[in-house]
Order: sequence, then structure tokens, then C-alpha cells
Amino acid sequence: MSSLRFSRVPAIDTALKLVTLAIAMFAFVFVVMVPLYNVLCDALGINGKTAGQAYTAVPSVIDESREITVQFVAINNDGMPWSFAPDTRMMRVNPGAANGVVFHAMNPTDADMVAQAIPSISPSRAAAYFHKTECFCFDQQPLDGQSGAEMPLQFIVDQDLPGDIHTITLSYTLFDVTDTVTDGLASR
Amino acid sequence: MGAHHHGPAQGISRWLFTTNHKDIGTMYLWFSFAMFLLGGFFAMVIRAELFQPGMQLVEPAFFNQMTTLHGLVMVFGAIMPSFVGLANWLIPMMIGAPDMALPRMNNWSFWILPPAFLMLASTLFMEGGAPAFGWTFYAPLSTTYAAPSVTFFIFAIHILGVSSIMGSINIIATVMNMRAPGMTYMKMPLFVWTWLITAFLLVAVMPVLAGAVTMMLMDIHFGTSFFSAAGGGDPVLFQHIFWFFGHPEVYIIILPAFGVVSQIIPAFSRKPLFGYASMVYATASIAFLSFIVWAHHMYTVGMPIAGELFFMYATMLIAVPTGVKVFNWISTMWRGALSFETPMLFCIGFLILFTLGGFTGLMLSIAPADFQYHDTYFVVAHFHYVMVAGAVFSMTAAIYYWLPKWCGRMYSEAMGKTHFWISFIGFNITFFPQHFVGLAGMPRRIPDYALQFADFNMMSSIGAFIYGASQLLFLYNVIAAIVAGKPVSDEKVWDGAEGLEWTVPTPAPYHTFEEPPAVPKPAGTI
Repeated sequence: MSSLRFSRVPAIDTALKLVTLAIAMFAFVFVVMVPLYNVLCDALGINGKTAGQAYTAVPSVIDESREITVQFVAINNDGMPWSFAPDTRMMRVNPGAANGVVFHAMNPTDADMVAQAIPSISPSRAAAYFHKTECFCFDQQPLDGQSGAEMPLQFIVDQDLPGDIHTITLSYTLFDVTDTVTDGLASR
Repeated sequence: MGAHHHGPAQGISRWLFTTNHKDIGTMYLWFSFAMFLLGGFFAMVIRAELFQPGMQLVEPAFFNQMTTLHGLVMVFGAIMPSFVGLANWLIPMMIGAPDMALPRMNNWSFWILPPAFLMLASTLFMEGGAPAFGWTFYAPLSTTYAAPSVTFFIFAIHILGVSSIMGSINIIATVMNMRAPGMTYMKMPLFVWTWLITAFLLVAVMPVLAGAVTMMLMDIHFGTSFFSAAGGGDPVLFQHIFWFFGHPEVYIIILPAFGVVSQIIPAFSRKPLFGYASMVYATASIAFLSFIVWAHHMYTVGMPIAGELFFMYATMLIAVPTGVKVFNWISTMWRGALSFETPMLFCIGFLILFTLGGFTGLMLSIAPADFQYHDTYFVVAHFHYVMVAGAVFSMTAAIYYWLPKWCGRMYSEAMGKTHFWISFIGFNITFFPQHFVGLAGMPRRIPDYALQFADFNMMSSIGAFIYGASQLLFLYNVIAAIVAGKPVSDEKVWDGAEGLEWTVPTPAPYHTFEEPPAVPKPAGTI
């Protein structure tokens, strides 16, 4: 055999570096992209998600000069049999004031079920200025078969809400999470 | 020395165990052509269903499986492996290397591909059918609402991702370590340059795709909620991850095509490539920009205005280096001694049609206008102009150009030209009307359409059948050339061809450049 003209060692070195790069990119998806997306969305409120925890109300002046229309939308996700609706579709609120609304849920089936409500705010820019001091969406909602519940929501619209926003729509989509909860695999 | 000059082993073991870059290149090329015919068959089913309005031939669910598999098979089975095959054949011969740097890994990276696609195709016969969520497999369509076969789809994507990554690592290692003495980076043929950059893109983004499908797998089977809103995840996150892979992916497909065209146009213009250095820098710029424009695929998900503006301007910026390339090719032809053999015809076809596809891409990059174009046939027309008339035309040109070198026999020029004209006309009949129906609002991926789109859709379908049939002529021409073509023995098959691959005997012997060649003047200088 003739001696190899090229040493294989540098090629294997190059290859190992590239394998490292590939593994790093795979890890990048999990440890950078996903958390970064969540952090950015939380910080900027860019996907209309509201904070997942209760807001601690700080004493503030109520801005009587402004009225904001807040609309409530309740949607059932595909295949969710509950009836789900707010007691009022729309209210006018002053920034800084505490407000309350109650959502009614009813499980018409005979099975015990667990639901999770996912909020979304439109326009999404308003999400950072919409503070919930109490919300049923912070927890999963179990309901026995053929029973109903009142689910309260308390919120404050921030005085710093940009002046061009006059209407905020808060929508809740109700998901059936019974299976994931009973499987013991729920992630939250 | 003697042991080193043996020919190939005999029988099936030659192909199963080969570590020869030419054998592996050949297998990649035949495999990708088989996938091209399979994906083309799926396209024919789609066009047959859309020949007339109303439901004609297939169930809507099956139609969705066809659009999904057509996209997946064409992108991952036909176009990508064909260019890897070309790289295997040509890169060692172009840089004066005896083989690829890691020949055994090369064998593996090919041989894990056929099982991956066998598994993907087998989903057609599974309960619930094949994946039906589009080649972009957006969650939750591909998670909550997917057929059980999605797990096999995920595994297939994992395998072909590994194959692509191994192939790319091999190409980078070859180019960086195996160049003949004197073959500096800026003397490398442009095809080698574009593949080097493409390989880096592949190593960077195929793992991202693997990450995306791994998250899907976990959401489906292990109770995580990456993309499930009910568990605190977000379906839009899927689109960000997918297109962070997906946008570089379209340049992975087109950059090697740019390389091919940059080899062939100078040969038939009998002039060196105009602006060699600017071509290299333009390629690198496109590769860099491809990482920061992904969200232009998702203008309608509800991004903040600042995001829309950033992605719009960054996308438009890509037109600059791409324009540099197009003008360089035209300048290469300017006052050249042009001749119009089949490879050149396909390259000129590429140049015209790819530029058209680039223009519609610019239209789509305008965020406010995209709200109208989004998910319509305008998008379908756009990406077929860049994928088919871009990648497939240039691949066809490459086969005609290098086939005589590979097998020492000439294809039929008359048949080749016929193939070009039928392809060119058939392609345009297929896809040009799709611009119109798209602008008028016909949505993509739907098996039925409103009556006012009927005429253009019938034209589209007829064009698709013509284009599809012309590929059989191509297959016949290639086989006829290999079996009984007119023998050629000139080292330079084409009088204007430049580069080390034209200095070895014709047909190219099983082993080339066991002794490093003297590097001639680079392709880009006078």
C-alpha cells in the first residue's frame, strides 16, 4: 500500500469540531430558543399572553379621565363540551381601578373533568398593562360531572396603558386537560 | 502501489460496502432521481385532482397526504441528496483530492437514507394514513391532530437529518483538509465554495429541525407541552423553530445550484466567470442573512410591528447579494462566444426563471402585501420558480454537463434539447397561471376550488403532465447515453470547460488524483 498522501488526523479533527457544533445546535433549540421565546414573550407581552401569576396590587391613583372598554370572549377548544361564558360581555373601566367579572362554567357530561383556561389579549401590546390580581386561569379547574362553578377574575388596567388603545379584548380558550392530569403527566 | 489501482468490487457488495466517492455519488444521484419520480407521481395525483373543480379522484384526507409527501420527498429525498451526490462526485475531482476525507462515514450517510424514505413512504399504508399536515408540519396539526403514523415521520426526519449532517461534515472536512497543494481557498471552483458554505448551513440547522421533531415526539408521547397551549406551551413557538431551520434550508437547496450554474455558464461562454471574488462574498452574505429572516414566513401570526419591519427589511436585503450573482452570470455571458448545448440551455432557463422567482419573493417579502398573498397559490408559484426552475433545472444542467465525463459517453443532444424545451414550456404552463389564481385568492393545500379558478387550474394540470412526462425523456436519454452513447475520449469534453476534473481521463477512472495534481490558473482569473 502506498502511504496516504494526506494525513487523516486533521480531517478527523475537523469532523469532531463539526460534530460538536451539530450537538451544540441541537442543545441550542432546547436550552436557548425555547426559554428565550418564553422570556421575550413575557417581557414584551408580544404574543398576547398575560402573566401566569397574580399581580400584587400597588396603591395607585384612579385615572377618572379615561375610560377603557374591556371585552370578554370565552371559547371552547375543539371537542370541549363544557358551557363557558362570562356574566358580562363588555365593561368600561378606569385605568387604576380594580374590577371584577365572573365566568360561569358547567360540565354537562357525567364524567369528572379538568379544564385549563388559556388567556390571550388583543391588541397584544396591551398584555403588559393588563394586571390580574385574581384569575381562574392561574389554576386548572376540576368539575364533577353535571356540576357547575363560578370562576372569578379580578383585574386592573395600568394607568400607563398607551393612549391609542381604547379597547382591550380578553379571550379565554378552555382546554380539556383531563387526560394529561389523570395520566400524571401534566407539566404544570 | 498495485493494490491501490484495483477497480471496483463485483456484484452487490460493490455498492453496499463501497467507500469510493464516485460510487457513492452515483448511488446518491440514482436514489434522488427515484425520489424525484416518486415525488413527481404525488404531484401528478395533486394536479389530476385539481384538473377540474369539485371532488374528482381522491378523498380530501388523501389529497392532504399527497401535498405533504410531495413536499417532503422532493425537498429531503430528491433535491438535497442529488446535490450531495454531485458533491461526492465532483468535489474531490475539483480540488485534486483522491477521495472524500471520511470515506466510511460517506458510505453510512448514503445507506441510512433509503430506509428513512422507505419508512416515510410506508406511512401511506398505515392506519390513519400518511402525514397530512403539509411539509411544514405546523403544530398542533402535527401533534394533537396527527395520524399515528406521525411517529414514523419523526423518526424518518431524524435519520435523514443525521445523514445530511454526516454528509456535510464530510464535505467540510474534505474541502478544508484535502485540497491539492496550491489549491488555495480563493482558487477553488465556485461549486466547491457554494457547497462548503451550504455544508456549514446544514450542520447549523439540521440539528434545529431534529430538535423541532424531538419536541413534537415529546408532546405526543411524553406529556410535555412545548407546542400545546393547554399546557402552557405555544404553537407559534413551533413556527419560529421550524423556520429558523426552514429558511436556511431553502438556501441549502439553492446555493449548490448557484455553484453549478457558475461552472457551466463560463464553459459555454468561453470566458472566465465574471466577478469570482464577489460571487464568494455574495454566497457567504446570503448564508449569513438566511439566519435572520425566518419570520417572513409568518407575518400573519401577529408579530409586533417592529418585528414585521425588521424581517421585511432583512429579507429585502437578500436581493442585493442575489442580484450580484445574477448580474455576474449575465456579465459572464456578455460578449462571450456563446453556444447553446443542453447544459447551457438549462442554465439560461435557470437564470430567467429563478430571477422571476426572486422577484415574486421580493413581492412576498413586503409584510403588508404578504397578508394578501399568504397561503395562496402565489406562494406555491413563487417557491416552485425557485425550487424547480432553480434547483432542479440546474441539477439537470449538471447531469448533462458532467455525464460524459463520468461515463465516457455522450447523451443525445437532440433529445436533450427537446427535454429542455418541453420542460421549460411545461414548467411555465404549470406554474405561471398559479400566480394569477393566487393573487385572486385561491388558497393552497385545498383539494377543491371556486369555479372562477377552473381554467387556470386546468392549464396548470396540463402543464404539470407535460413537465412530468419530459422527465421520463430525461431518464431515457441518460440511460441511453450510459448504455450506448457515442464514446467520448477527450479529457475536456466541452472545449470551454475549466477545472481539474477535466484534466483526468474520460471516462473518469475509479481512482483519480492519487498523486496531487499541479494546480492550474484559477477559474476566476485571466
